[in-house]
Amino acid sequence: MISFENVAYSYGGGELLSDITLRLAPGSFHFLTGPSGAGKTTFLKLCYAELLPSSGRVTLFDSEVRSLTRDAVAMTRRRIGVVHQDCQFLDHLTLSANVSLPLTVAGRPEAPRDLADLLAWVGLDRLAGSLPPQLSGGERQRAALARAIIMGPDVILADEPTGNLDWEMSLRLLTLLVELNRMGKTVLVATHDLNLIRQAKSQIAARVLRIAKRRIQLAGADL
Amino acid sequence: MKRLFAPTTADSVVPPSGHTAWLTSFTAGAMTFLAVFALALAMASGRLAERWAGALERTATVRLSAPPEQIAQQEQAVLDLLATTPGIAAARPLTTDEQRRLLEPWFGPDLPVDALPLPRLIEITEDGSGYDSEGLRLRLAAEAPGAVLDDHTRWRRPLAVAADRLRLLGWLSIGLIGLTMAAMITLAANAALAANAQVIGVLRLVGARDSYIARAFVRRFTLRALAGAGAGAVLGLAGVAVLPSADQAGGFLTGLGFQGAGWLLPLVLPPVAGLVAFAATRAAAFRKLKELN
Repeated sequence: MISFENVAYSYGGGELLSDITLRLAPGSFHFLTGPSGAGKTTFLKLCYAELLPSSGRVTLFDSEVRSLTRDAVAMTRRRIGVVHQDCQFLDHLTLSANVSLPLTVAGRPEAPRDLADLLAWVGLDRLAGSLPPQLSGGERQRAALARAIIMGPDVILADEPTGNLDWEMSLRLLTLLVELNRMGKTVLVATHDLNLIRQAKSQIAARVLRIAKRRIQLAGADL
Repeated sequence: MKRLFAPTTADSVVPPSGHTAWLTSFTAGAMTFLAVFALALAMASGRLAERWAGALERTATVRLSAPPEQIAQQEQAVLDLLATTPGIAAARPLTTDEQRRLLEPWFGPDLPVDALPLPRLIEITEDGSGYDSEGLRLRLAAEAPGAVLDDHTRWRRPLAVAADRLRLLGWLSIGLIGLTMAAMITLAANAALAANAQVIGVLRLVGARDSYIARAFVRRFTLRALAGAGAGAVLGLAGVAVLPSADQAGGFLTGLGFQGAGWLLPLVLPPVAGLVAFAATRAAAFRKLKELN
C-alpha cells in the first residue's frame, strides 16, 4: 500500500531522514514517535506525496511517486485521508461543506444522509452549519478526521492529532481511529504522546515506529 | 466555454476577494473604454486613407495658363492630346460655375470669375488602368506650353500615407491596450492566488486537481473582466456618440467615430477582453500552482 525503499530526505541544511525501508500493510495500525524535529511530519508528507524523496523509492498504491503526474498525485490523495495538528479549513464554508469538500472537488454527489451520519459519528452533527472559526480545538480535530475519511480512503495519516486536545478528547479521537482501523483502514499516527500509544495498544495490535538518528526503527514492546 | 459560464462548485471553494475583483473590473473597463477610442481612430483614419487614396487614383487636373488669344487653341490641343492618351477615360474643362464653387470658400459667392485672369482647368478621369503621368507632362509641354498636369499626388500621397499610419497606430494601440490589460489581470490573479495559498493547500490536501483550482480563479476573473469591459464599451460608445458629427464641421477630428455597422465593432471588445482575461488568468494560475507546490 505504502512502501519506502532506501529512502532519504534532505532539506537545505542536511539529511533529515536516511535509509528508510518499510511497508505499511493494508489494515495495519502504526504509531510514529520521536522527538520534535526528528522528521515525523516530513515522513508523513512523503507518505502522501507532498514531498518527494531525495533518494530511494516511495511507492503509493503500486506507483512510484516520482512517476506520478500532478493529476495522478491528486487522485492518489483521494485515497489517503490526512489529519494535521493545525488542521486547516476553508473558513468561509460551513462545517458540513468543509467535511464534504473531498467529495466536492472529486465531483461526486454528496449524500446528505451519509454526511449527517458521519458528523454524528464524530459528534459534530449539531454544528453542521457552524463556520470553522467557531469550533473548538477538539471539534476541529474531529471535523478534520471526518473530512479525511468521507471519501472512504484506504489510508489515514494523522500528524499529532491530539496535540491540542485534553486527555478525554484525545481518547475520543483515538477511539474513532481504532474504529476506522477495525473497518479495514490502514492508520498511521505520528505522536509523541506515549500514554495515547499505550491506550491504543490495549485495544488493538498497533505497531510503533520510532525515528531516531535519521532512521526509523521498530520500537520495543515496553511502550 | 460553456463550463466557464455555468456556475460551478469550484467557485464556492475560493472565498470572495475584495480589491482584486475591483481592480480587474476597473482595469478591463478602463482599457476597453480606451480601446473604443483607439478603434474609432483606426476606423476614421482608415476611411480617410481610403478616400484620399481613392481620389489619388481616380482624378487629376490640367491647369492651363496662356494669353487670352491662345487659350482656346491650347485648350483644344490639350483635350485632343488627352483623348489619345492611354489610361484616361474622360477629360472635360470645368465650367465657370464649377470654378466659382471651387473658389467660393476663399473669395465668397460673388466672385466675378469671368473678369479674372484665372487659369482654365481640365478635369481628367482615369479608366482604372492608370496613365503615364511623366509621359503626359512631356507631351503637354510640347503641345501646350501653358498646361501643367496636377495629378494631386504631391499633396495627397503624404496625407494618404499619414492616414494609413494613423490607422496602423490605432490598431497598434488596441494591441497594446490588450497586452496591458493581460498584464494587469495577471498581476491581480497572482495576488489572489498568493492570498489564497492556504485555501489552495487545503484543496490540494483533499485531492483537488490543478485544473479544478485554476477553474475557480479563471472563471471569476473572466466574468469580472467581461463585466468591466462591457461597462467600458458602453461608456466608450457613449463618448464617441457625443462627439460633434462630421457633417457639421467636416474636419478629421470631428469625423472620429463609427459609421453604419461600424457601431457594432466595439461590442466585440468585451468578449475579446474576456478571452484575454481567460488566457491571462489560466496561464497565471497554472504557473502559480506549480510554484506553490
